[in-house]
Amino acid sequence: MADVIEVGAARGDAPPPAGGTRRPGGVTARGHRATPYLFLAPYLVLFLVFGLLPILFGVWISLHQWDLQLPNRPFIGLDNYRDLFSSDSAIYGDWWSSLRATAIFTMLSVPLLVVVPLGLALLLNRSFPGRTFFRAAFFAPYVLGVAVIGLLWRFLLDANLGLVNRLLGVLGLPSDTPWVTDVPWAWVSLVGVTVWWTCGFNAVIYLAGLQDIPAELYEAARVDGANGWDRFRHVTLPGLRPVLLFVLTTTILASANVFGQSFLITQGAPGEQTRTVVWRIVDEGLRDYDAGRAAAMSVLFALMLAVVSVLNFRLFRYRED
Amino acid sequence: MIQNEMSRRRLLSLGVGLGAAATLTLAGCGDGGSISDKPSAAGNGGKDYTGPKVDLKLWNGFTGGDGEIFKQLVTQFNGEHQNIAVSVVTYEWQDYYSKLPGAVSSGNGPDIAVMHMDQLATFAARGVIMELDDVAKALELSEGDFAPTVWKGGLYHDKRYGIPLDMHPLGLYYNKAAMQRAGLDPNKPPTTKDEYTAALTELKKAGIQGFWVSPFQFTGGMTYYSLLHQWGGSLFDGEVAKATFNSDPAVEACSWLVDMIKQGFSPANVGQDADYLALKSGKNAFNWNGIWQVNDLKKSPDVQWGVAPLPQIGSQQAAWANSHNFTIVKQRSADNNKVAGAKVFINWLSQHSLDWAKGGQVPARKAVRESAEFKALPEISSLAPELAYAAFPPAAPGLGEVMTTFYNAFNEAALGKKSPKQALDDGVAKANKQLEDNRKKYGS
Repeated sequence: MADVIEVGAARGDAPPPAGGTRRPGGVTARGHRATPYLFLAPYLVLFLVFGLLPILFGVWISLHQWDLQLPNRPFIGLDNYRDLFSSDSAIYGDWWSSLRATAIFTMLSVPLLVVVPLGLALLLNRSFPGRTFFRAAFFAPYVLGVAVIGLLWRFLLDANLGLVNRLLGVLGLPSDTPWVTDVPWAWVSLVGVTVWWTCGFNAVIYLAGLQDIPAELYEAARVDGANGWDRFRHVTLPGLRPVLLFVLTTTILASANVFGQSFLITQGAPGEQTRTVVWRIVDEGLRDYDAGRAAAMSVLFALMLAVVSVLNFRLFRYRED
Repeated sequence: MIQNEMSRRRLLSLGVGLGAAATLTLAGCGDGGSISDKPSAAGNGGKDYTGPKVDLKLWNGFTGGDGEIFKQLVTQFNGEHQNIAVSVVTYEWQDYYSKLPGAVSSGNGPDIAVMHMDQLATFAARGVIMELDDVAKALELSEGDFAPTVWKGGLYHDKRYGIPLDMHPLGLYYNKAAMQRAGLDPNKPPTTKDEYTAALTELKKAGIQGFWVSPFQFTGGMTYYSLLHQWGGSLFDGEVAKATFNSDPAVEACSWLVDMIKQGFSPANVGQDADYLALKSGKNAFNWNGIWQVNDLKKSPDVQWGVAPLPQIGSQQAAWANSHNFTIVKQRSADNNKVAGAKVFINWLSQHSLDWAKGGQVPARKAVRESAEFKALPEISSLAPELAYAAFPPAAPGLGEVMTTFYNAFNEAALGKKSPKQALDDGVAKANKQLEDNRKKYGS
């Protein structure tokens, strides 16, 4: 808003009153009333067609016993949702164990994926020889697909043939750790691989944020006698707040959507303990062709993530006050 | 090949891993229910086709070397039939089965679809594929032309939906170098329980864990599936209404296999594919694996290996097996010429399935199996006798998730998370609920 008024003032126009001066035909001092909507239209159309409508349709599907191929798709009200909460249903155990798996993974991976890349970014933001090389090196795993890193680590972490246990043995450490077939080791593997794979992305976001913090602030702090920790706490962190909020929100959502890593590396083992929600939904909808139940799970899961995201935004707003 | 297919198809299914969104949008494409449900009276059941030229789309999941052989066969067919042009589309199997329903209901599906035997009932019940009884009748095909197990597997509710092309069983792969190191005769793989345990004991003395038991479907789950049938057990009752894989024989078979780990014949925590890789490198001596690995092993000339029918560990012979079947897909607007052309193709290819054997499969047709040319394929033909006692999956719709429950129960037992009895009891309790859901859904 401030920018707009400045521009207007520089051109010598009087700043328009709030809402603009009405002219005949819906034309205001800033142009036609439809103009902003025209600018928004391309996105709105995409959002409607590929965002809102499928979501609403998904809710509609979740109220039915819905199989693409079967001629009748009876309306069953909230039965699909009831199944998810009733311990008698076939899906109950699978659904809650997959939620548990996703929750464990998210709670273990998010703190690491928020903190480790921040540390990396702080290091990579200093000037030292070979900085560009290291920046590239830390980002490199992220360009690989989940299929590549999944297969790679499955073989590296194999309990009997893998390189990791072999190296541990050479160092005189226990060399029979079941990295991919037993808990808690499977979680260590899944979280470790994910951090290795994706921390470069968050680090790049942090780096961009760090470079946006004006150097004068650091100088002023130094003049006031602030040491390194003080400068980090009172200049870097507040300067990064919007970036932190972005990183935290996207990382939580990405971690909650985990699928490929456990699908490929642990294959859900032991039993179904590392089988995640998204995997469960895919199986239900595309393997067992029960779109109704899959949609019900998606809707519930989306609601849960929405609550988490709202809490997340609240938390940051609270700090701002 | 299946094993490779499995991992590759897992990879590709990641593409649909957006999960929620994918499910919703996919479901959004179809309006179903409008698919023609007329009986397939078209043509004379596949003897010949004289109508105007038709273009047929065929889908399969042959992504390995078998895919090339299949395409060559199709090219040959197209050359011999001026008025039928078949074009082939190949997807990873797992992708394939999730794509097919959407493609069919939006009118973009194939005319002919290759399918595993255990998928036939699901797709028949869901109205995706057509009855083919007239093809069998017109071609005078009967049980006698095929192995009875394979032939009956194409039936659902006493109607034929699939014409079997091949069968792929589990076999005993053995590393000859490892056997020699333990002083065993590398040309005499064990055939009985006593021989098997004696060989494992010798191998253990030589420092070789001879029978790596994988906790995953490929290959440990399929090994257990075979043993369960060898002990005289079954996965389900006759009507596939109740799961029975916690019966006494099933628990005994599972305990025998899990004890392989306890007795040190197998390491614990065998990873996916580790059993097979260890066999290739001589760390493992025996691996019960699919016939599709023959072609993969042939690529490694330095590995000294052999393959034989599974040893008989339980009270009878049995081996896990599955089969590829041809099916004709129902279309929104039925085109009798296309259906007639498709039947001609299926019949032709079934008769030419010797070439298909070179892709690493046992042909379903008896005449081909008994030909001298087939016997000249030593590895493949050595597994043909298993056809007599192959344990094919039962024909019931929606069994995919129930089988996952079965394999996961074995996974928990093999990883020592639960006792065999406990793991199988828990699995059966869950499977019974899933079977009941299926009954409600498919109304059988």
